[in-house]
Amino acid sequence: MPTADEIRAKVVETIAKSFRLEPDQVSDDKSFQEDLDADSLEIVELVMALEEEFGIEISDEEAEKIRTVGDAINFVTERAAA
Amino acid sequence: MPSARRVLVTGVAAISPLGLDAESTWTALLEGRPGIGPITQFDTEGFTSRIAGEVRGFDPERWLAPKDVRKHDRFTHFALAAARMAIEDAGIDLERIDRDRAGVIIGSGIGGLHMLEAQHRILLERGPRRISPFLIPGMIINMASGQVSIDLGFRGPNSATVTACATGNHALGDALRAIQHGDADLVLAGGTEGVVTPLAVGGFCAMKALSTRNDEPERASRPFDRDRDGFVLGEGCGLLVLESEEHAARRGARVLCELAGFGMSGDAYHISAPPEDGHGMVRVMRAALADAGVDPSTIGYVNAHGTSTPVGDVIEARAIRTVFGEHADRMFVSSTKSMTGHLLGAAGGLEAVITVLAVARGVIPPTINLEHLDDEIAGGEIGLSHERFVPHRAVEASLQGALSNSFGFGGTNATLVFRRAG
Repeated sequence: MPTADEIRAKVVETIAKSFRLEPDQVSDDKSFQEDLDADSLEIVELVMALEEEFGIEISDEEAEKIRTVGDAINFVTERAAA
Repeated sequence: MPSARRVLVTGVAAISPLGLDAESTWTALLEGRPGIGPITQFDTEGFTSRIAGEVRGFDPERWLAPKDVRKHDRFTHFALAAARMAIEDAGIDLERIDRDRAGVIIGSGIGGLHMLEAQHRILLERGPRRISPFLIPGMIINMASGQVSIDLGFRGPNSATVTACATGNHALGDALRAIQHGDADLVLAGGTEGVVTPLAVGGFCAMKALSTRNDEPERASRPFDRDRDGFVLGEGCGLLVLESEEHAARRGARVLCELAGFGMSGDAYHISAPPEDGHGMVRVMRAALADAGVDPSTIGYVNAHGTSTPVGDVIEARAIRTVFGEHADRMFVSSTKSMTGHLLGAAGGLEAVITVLAVARGVIPPTINLEHLDDEIAGGEIGLSHERFVPHRAVEASLQGALSNSFGFGGTNATLVFRRAG
């Protein structure tokens, strides 16, 4: 089972890859729409990438609540621990 | 009918198997240097035709933000790059034109096959929930026009024309009409295509439409030659900047030539073959000449559709003889597909660029690989001589006017008439 730090690093890496950013540009407080300039389709693609990376399923309702990098890290950490 | 507004060509752009811009493409054409080689974009094991005119060294990240590259298919990448080059060539300052009056009409014959094929594989291997949200916007044909308009802020008419291998010409004709009719003052128009993919090549192989001269790729596309055995697939993009005469004058634009006429016709005959007497080709050239209001004797050059297929080339030559009569012995006909391959929906766009430059610069690019003119073209009722087809070497010729022909599957024909400016 991966540690919380490993999950965090992997989520950040997935987001960075998806939006073609450097990992240090992906801090917890960054909003996908406002700070990372992501449109709705890019967020859909990111959610798919997280599902794939962590072998989890994220429902549309859950995905809507993931607005920042921190939200994504928390969601995946909780789901991976479950 | 009152005389329509004159429409001028004030800029060109090309991405082709011969080069990543119009100038390098033009230089290769005049040198008679072909861009055909073994296919590198996929493993061609098992395909009967394994050669193509591929665009080499194109980097979409030069034109698009890295994260946006994957949202678009190759045909849209080409269009975006060519659109920026066309605007630059036309010397347009985007801040100084009324972009509500500027349109984009870029067609494609097939559209986003790279994405379609990749995502279909994902559907089969990993299920429907893994399909990219960018598949649909990325593969639809009008996304080239859409994305170019987003990039340039052109808020006038935005459309895409689809008529197989006649696409580029129909798109340019639609743009001509939009300006003549007053829907726009400036339209960026032409065709784009990028389908050197397993499904497209396999599909054309199944039709036995492609040359199988795999061991001699540079000699494979040989329009009007006795030993031609099918077309060679190409890819790329060709665009023109078209402007009303008033708009061009207002901004002091350099004028390359006039797009003077456009003709259309249908064969109503067969899904992929033209009728033996070429009546669709005869009628489309006559319609274009009539639309331009020019006498056939003022035409010095025809950029032929000339795909290097056994049937089509003879019928086009016959149609040219029928339309031009004795004048056909005094003008030139060449097929630049001998060097570029057949760019399908982009062919008309690229060949419009070539024809514009031929008129503007007074040089006609050759038909290469024309070693022995087809007997049926050389003799009998057609009786055109070898040198009419500009074999091997470019010729200098002061051109009053020139035609560019494009014909497509479904029996769709479109011809453009370009006239020297001034």
